[in-house]
Amino acid sequence: MKLKYFAWVRERIGVAEENLDPPDSVRTVGELIGWLAGRGETYAYAFEKPGVIRAAIDQTHVKPDTLIAGAHEVALFPPMTGG
Amino acid sequence: MSIPVSIRIQHADFDLAQEIATLTAGRTDIGAVVSFSGICRGDGGLAAMTLEHYPGMAEAEIERHAHEACARWPLTGVTVIHRVGRLTPGDNIMMVLAASAHRQAAFQAAEFLMDYLKAHAPFWKREENADGSTWVAAQQHDDAAAARWDKT
Repeated sequence: MKLKYFAWVRERIGVAEENLDPPDSVRTVGELIGWLAGRGETYAYAFEKPGVIRAAIDQTHVKPDTLIAGAHEVALFPPMTGG
Repeated sequence: MSIPVSIRIQHADFDLAQEIATLTAGRTDIGAVVSFSGICRGDGGLAAMTLEHYPGMAEAEIERHAHEACARWPLTGVTVIHRVGRLTPGDNIMMVLAASAHRQAAFQAAEFLMDYLKAHAPFWKREENADGSTWVAAQQHDDAAAARWDKT
């Protein structure tokens, strides 16, 4: 699946997007964040407070317990500050 | 007749008066237009801010809320423009127009759109001052402002 990162999540990881295939044991958005956090120091830093991370699947907001099966694009980002 | 909804995300500045003129041109069903414009403040030595967005989702999310507003109030037009890129104090950041036959719907829809966009539209501000730059932290009261419109 394609992963996209925005704002300080993007800066901490060091890439704006990447293609990754998480193992089958990673079923939800929350589990995906936990799996990513174990991929290295930059990821651990980006996801050090998983509770603040917001997510979208295929450009629609989702909750941490949403299943990622079938997702083409998962975006992870901080709370939004537009307007 | 479908309600004209115009949503734009752009680097360029906008002209609020021109946008109102465009929305109302040739129309005789609009009795009220409420506009909101957000402007970059220079508080705390702010030198500039840079706005990042999620292309595609940002437009879709604003459009979803614009259609939600059209379903809740008898609107006759909605325009939302949000700028991205680097802005300096005094620059326009974004604007919302809500048009209706009467003022109440236009006032309420403009406020609803602003509250929802602040909490849910994927934009992020990074502020620059003399000490460097920092991402703006989301405000709890923005989530609370959006939540008061949730249907129970």
